[in-house]
Amino acid sequence: MRYLPLTDADRGEMLAKIGASSIDDLFVDVPEEARLDGPIHDLPMHASEMAVERHMRALSKKNLAAADAPFFLGAGAYRHHVPASVDHIIQRGEFLTAYTPYQPEIAQGTLQMLFEFQSQVARLYGCAVANASMYDGSTACWEAIAMAGRIARGKRKKVVLSGALHPHYAEVIRTMAKFTEDEIADAQPTLQGSPDVDGLVSRIDEDTSCVVVQYPDILGRLCDLEKITEAAHAKGALVIAVNLEPVALGAIKSPGEMGADIVVGEGQALGVGLQFGGPYLGLFAVRDQKHVRMMPGRLCGETVDAEGKRGFVLTLSTREQHIRREKATSNICTNSGLCALAFNVHMTLLGEEGLRRLAAENHRLACIAADKLAQVPGVTVLNDHFFNEFTIRLGQDAREVVRKLAQDGILAGVSLGRLYPDADDLSDGLLVTLTETTSEEDIDALCAALKEVLA
Amino acid sequence: MNAPNKSGWKPSAPVTGDSDSPTTTGNRALMLEEPLIFEIGRTGTTGVDLPPVPENTSNRLGGMERSETIGLPGLSEPEAVRHYTRLSRQNYAIDLGLFPLGSCTMKHNPRLNEKVARMPGFADVHPLQPADTVRGALEVVSELANWLVTLTGMHSVAMSPKAGAHGELCGILCIRAALEARGDARKVVLVPESAHGTNPATAAFAGYEVEDIPATAEGRVDLEKLKARLGPDVAAVMITNPNTCGLFERDMKAISDAVHAAGGFVYCDGANFNAIVGKVRPGDLGVDAMHINLHKTFSTPHGGGGPGSGPVVLSEALSPYAPLPFTAKGEDGTVHLVEEENAGEWGHSDAFGRMTAFHGQMGMFTRALAYMLSHGADGLAQVAEDAVLNANYILRSLDDLLLAPYGESGPCMHEALFGDEGFAEDISTLDLAKALIDEGFHPMTMYFPLVVHGAMLIEPTETESKAGLDQFIAALRSVAERAKAGDDSLKAAPYFAPRRRLDETQAARKPVLAWEGELAPAGKPVASEIGGQ
Repeated sequence: MRYLPLTDADRGEMLAKIGASSIDDLFVDVPEEARLDGPIHDLPMHASEMAVERHMRALSKKNLAAADAPFFLGAGAYRHHVPASVDHIIQRGEFLTAYTPYQPEIAQGTLQMLFEFQSQVARLYGCAVANASMYDGSTACWEAIAMAGRIARGKRKKVVLSGALHPHYAEVIRTMAKFTEDEIADAQPTLQGSPDVDGLVSRIDEDTSCVVVQYPDILGRLCDLEKITEAAHAKGALVIAVNLEPVALGAIKSPGEMGADIVVGEGQALGVGLQFGGPYLGLFAVRDQKHVRMMPGRLCGETVDAEGKRGFVLTLSTREQHIRREKATSNICTNSGLCALAFNVHMTLLGEEGLRRLAAENHRLACIAADKLAQVPGVTVLNDHFFNEFTIRLGQDAREVVRKLAQDGILAGVSLGRLYPDADDLSDGLLVTLTETTSEEDIDALCAALKEVLA
Repeated sequence: MNAPNKSGWKPSAPVTGDSDSPTTTGNRALMLEEPLIFEIGRTGTTGVDLPPVPENTSNRLGGMERSETIGLPGLSEPEAVRHYTRLSRQNYAIDLGLFPLGSCTMKHNPRLNEKVARMPGFADVHPLQPADTVRGALEVVSELANWLVTLTGMHSVAMSPKAGAHGELCGILCIRAALEARGDARKVVLVPESAHGTNPATAAFAGYEVEDIPATAEGRVDLEKLKARLGPDVAAVMITNPNTCGLFERDMKAISDAVHAAGGFVYCDGANFNAIVGKVRPGDLGVDAMHINLHKTFSTPHGGGGPGSGPVVLSEALSPYAPLPFTAKGEDGTVHLVEEENAGEWGHSDAFGRMTAFHGQMGMFTRALAYMLSHGADGLAQVAEDAVLNANYILRSLDDLLLAPYGESGPCMHEALFGDEGFAEDISTLDLAKALIDEGFHPMTMYFPLVVHGAMLIEPTETESKAGLDQFIAALRSVAERAKAGDDSLKAAPYFAPRRRLDETQAARKPVLAWEGELAPAGKPVASEIGGQ
């Protein structure tokens, strides 16, 4: 077998050294009645590299890749062009095949990268400190709520969710809250051109530990978070802002500068790729350094070595499970290190100038698409404002329309029916996303196809 | 004692100190110092070709335009590639040598798996595409699920958890949901002292009180004491098998039977599955839930700390409560995605909820499946055998010199455990580990499990050759002899790594967690102070 270096001669010599007569002697502690006497039935035997590649390629070909179709999906996973050098760097064995940097003297590559990543995320979010990543945006969002509960010392049990929070994020939160006994004040979005800020603010009370608001929201809408942070802070509640599209923050204000206390999000859009939903990259930051010791996840910090040279280490680990066990701030151990590297490299290649250009190009294409779609009979554009994603209404079940267009090779967007299967009043909504990877020809193809289907 | 390497070069003596004479740059030949991007990049530089931001055009951002500088440095592509390549060379990695971290299973990461994961039908599909456009991706999930269920002898598998600890949480939440469904509010989860920290943290996160399970002198669960503790308040026991002392829990079936008889459930931490894959099925030992770290047993790369993937195999009793979404095969063989809207149709309305936004770690699934197909059922059993053989070889090549606290308890499984007994008084396990760095090895897991003083937990995995193990054993013998002899030079090791020992106390006392300087917008970058010049 190509991945196993031991030869039979090696095995014999090693057994002799151990004093065992056969390999079975080393498995004597496994009860005999449970020990398997040969390869498990119903599974194939070993296969060559070529055979495995052929099998996997056949499975890959059964999917319609985004690059092979006009593509307009978003809703928490965004398709951006990832420079070739990003993938090259994350495939360097020294990054790819390293472990968590618990031995800092021989892990400065990973550690310095994490420090850079934390600094980039903090700046992008308008925050003081970001951690070294979480699993994804949805789990980061729940961890932020748990952190707000710790800050409130359990005295406030209510979590107010904006109706326009991604429904899968809301479902993760509801799932976890069942077990922690937090009270979730929940709502669905209403199909209005702008978010219902007053409605959200009116649900905040003295028992509220935090308010969770997505920005831009699930329908692609924008609002000034300052009204929400002022109202929440007046009641002693924290604001958790959730950003799913980091590229947007190259064009719009950061949640931190509008007073959000914890900013979390999905970092997949930069460097990571779609990958059918994972692995992704949870981003987590706090506006005020005073909350650092309440944070979940790994943190990388600067220090010096015995000769006074600057170096980096994982720090403040007394918050973490391997030290604190059942008193830890989270059970998280593995994070999303390699995705953090991809984000870090992509962001470094962009730089501020590139990020702003990328954001402007996304917004420009979205504006063109919104104007063209508005011309299609039967289509209305819902949003007053948007970045690269907006909602259109079709006057009929958008799920069906998406299916029909997929048969014609157009991946038209995410229907609200897919996201909210039980909400009939949202069923004619279609969320359409434009990035720099979308061409104007793609937009025309979408408009033409919609025209035909809706006629 | 220093072992000569293959080229015949032999260091003259144990290292007693550094003898560096500074260079102008702070570099040392191939070891190149590298500043932060914030010290070399500029906000006006970009390594990506995009049209300039149009001026004076209208927008639809609703007055939310960002006006202030963000402070993000950019580099051109050659500068960026060099920056990260230089950084990479300051890392140890499995591609460079043995990485014997106990309980972490740092094995070779086959490159076929990287190639497969990047096929466009897997890498470039959106999680919310219509099902008919992603049937092949769903088949990957389903095929991998079948492997996991078959290898473990369990009933079903929840695929969405993002890593081992997330999988633990998933399993414990299934147990809690099953107990609640029968109106049985139990409050306690029993966890051995030798368990990974994630176990008690997970149980606490899920709202349980955590209590210790007593161990016997030979390093296994004390069955009689466990039985005495079981009762109507115990929701579950969490057991790692093979355990973190490197031993197989011989009484696993009896433990499971006792827990079930008392109305509780058995959670098995599957971090150490590499020792037994293809040799024994946890389902045959009465396990109700076990997470599988695809990034350990099934070789998906650790990536400097993630991403991982932690599917959870479940017994029949827990299967109805598994979280959404997951895949299910229809009668015609078509694989469907079961989500909130169709859970009822698939008889799964008792799902406890959702653990993550999408379907799990697809990029890890493709890699793990390629790995399983490569090994096959026969090769995976060989994996376990070679992993166990390598660990026992290390155990028996060192137990004359280092204390093996459970060396008399029978063969170890895939990891060998030693303690620091016999070290000179002022020399610690940490010192020995840092000296191993100078010998060109990543240290073993240290001070874990907590039940052994100065613990050193060594997991070589099956992808190490005998020659590689022999070199490691020689290196470890040499530093262990120095530790016993009280060689004080160990206390300042490592000498040859990119950094000497780092001041972790300072890092924690005055945390600097982000770069806080101003950035040069263009022109001359800000000065770097790196390099100890």
